Amino acid sequence: MKQTNFQTLFQPEKQDQEESPQPKPTDSLSERIITLLIRSSGYLSILFVSLICIFLLKEGMPALLNVPPASLFGMTWYPIEGYFGILPLILGSLLITVSAVFIAVIFGIATAVFMSEVAPNWINEILKPLVEILAGFPSVVLGFIGILALSPSLRILLNLPTGLTAFTGALLLGWAAIPTIVSVSEDALNSVPRSYREASLALGATPWQTIWGVTLQAARSGILTGVMLGIGRVIGETMTVMMVTGNAPVIPASLDALFMPVRTMTATIASEMGEVAKGSTHYQVLFLIGIILFLFSLIINTVVFVISSRRLSHSDRLLS
Amino acid sequence: MTSFFTPQRKQQAGFIVLGIAALVVVMPIIVILIYVIQAGLPALSWEFLSTMPHNGMREGGILPAILGTIYLTLCTALFSIPPGVAAAIYLAEYAPDNSWTRAIRIAMTNLAGIPSVVYGLFGLGLFVIFLQFGTSILSASLTLSIMTLPVIISTAEQAIRAVPTHFRTVSISLGASRWETIHRIILPESMPGIITGIILGLERAAGETAPILFTGATFFLPRLPHSLMDPTMALPYHLFVVSTQVPGMPVKIQYGTVLVLLAFVLTMNLSAAVIRSRARARRKW
Repeated sequence: MKQTNFQTLFQPEKQDQEESPQPKPTDSLSERIITLLIRSSGYLSILFVSLICIFLLKEGMPALLNVPPASLFGMTWYPIEGYFGILPLILGSLLITVSAVFIAVIFGIATAVFMSEVAPNWINEILKPLVEILAGFPSVVLGFIGILALSPSLRILLNLPTGLTAFTGALLLGWAAIPTIVSVSEDALNSVPRSYREASLALGATPWQTIWGVTLQAARSGILTGVMLGIGRVIGETMTVMMVTGNAPVIPASLDALFMPVRTMTATIASEMGEVAKGSTHYQVLFLIGIILFLFSLIINTVVFVISSRRLSHSDRLLS
Repeated sequence: MTSFFTPQRKQQAGFIVLGIAALVVVMPIIVILIYVIQAGLPALSWEFLSTMPHNGMREGGILPAILGTIYLTLCTALFSIPPGVAAAIYLAEYAPDNSWTRAIRIAMTNLAGIPSVVYGLFGLGLFVIFLQFGTSILSASLTLSIMTLPVIISTAEQAIRAVPTHFRTVSISLGASRWETIHRIILPESMPGIITGIILGLERAAGETAPILFTGATFFLPRLPHSLMDPTMALPYHLFVVSTQVPGMPVKIQYGTVLVLLAFVLTMNLSAAVIRSRARARRKW
């Protein structure tokens, strides 16, 4: 990718620096102030990530001193009695994330392939805005739909004691993560050069074989980026899971756990932070859970960054 | 003898499966939209939109929630647009290709991916407690602004980068300074793209509940907020309250609230789409 910014414009090749015309120097005071403001705004992202890190640590780390490790890594979350076992919450989040991402990946990639490789234009004109609408659904609206429509029908359909289960949450979150996966994967598929497809078709492959053998392979890293972003979205989802998963902090031990109530890290923070005294042990543990969530998202997004910047340099090499 | 599964048949079957998958994804969206409009419209009345809730929110309107979301969205816009657009200008026009810029981009990717409830914790720690803004519109909208920032920065940067290089070259060669070029040429040219990004970022902020739960949203207010330091009701939190926290809530009010919230958010979505397609049609380069 060619960088077309001022840096390339203002700093020509070293050797012809003497002859090349210099831009008018930024002389006026107001212009210098504006430039300074712009430059410092550029670094805001770093400032805010550091601030978030500092304040989470400041409020959450004392929990490690105040709660004995045996309680913290225990199996029981019952804060009123002093049981701060965060394991059930982490496992609850993982259970929902894995099953939701499973759904989102299958349907998301299928939809993206359908939109970019199969569907005629007029169908895309309908599909695209609908997927964007889904992306814009606030998570409380999804939770509301879960409570009113999805969970009663699941309860009857699967003959469960309650419809507020991990599965209900996974279905809704998986569905909500689909737009993320679709839009990133579709971009990746569209940026595969035409010549790849033409070469494959010219060798006698059917369009179907070309999709699986060539296009998807070439777009692999972009699709992986979309999937990672989808995982990040699901693991951080709060309101939907709080409303539809039943909020029972139990260890999901077997496969049926998917059809029983669970509680995630995010829902625990959201439902309990309002009632705790500031600075209490319970408060600190909730921040500690926030730190764990922050670390998860840090890992996921750093992987996203590495994949997508590697993809850029890779395609630079291919297309140059 | 050829097998039944010829490549052509496989392809047909495959395309049909993909089409069904796409249909399964989008059908519920249509069904939900139709259902919410059908069930919510009867609840909508001038009274519902313009009066305070009473009798434990089981009667009356949702005016404070609507106003609260408008206040929060406006304040978020105020706090996030100037630094967001400035950061985008920096990244697109000034930033050298070095490890600091790389660090900014890593930070931005991470900022965009932090769970909304963690933003809520951060806002509680920094704005509510440390800076002593209390649970207020100010704390909540500052929290939402930081969450919105990465969306605005990345879309605005793309819009600015899309302006062809020769616009810059010509402007500089006519004697304009760097800021004059940005201010007079590049910003006007990239404005539709920047506005689209801003609307999409604010749309997300308007629909969020988790970041404002402990920073500024409140269950119920007997009066409208008077200043930035007052807590406020908000549509998404109100929907959460009426659908889970109040027993014996009339379904009509629940659907009415969903409809108003969806209308608010989808109007923003639609206007972003309109601005984008208009700009595309009008573009000269």
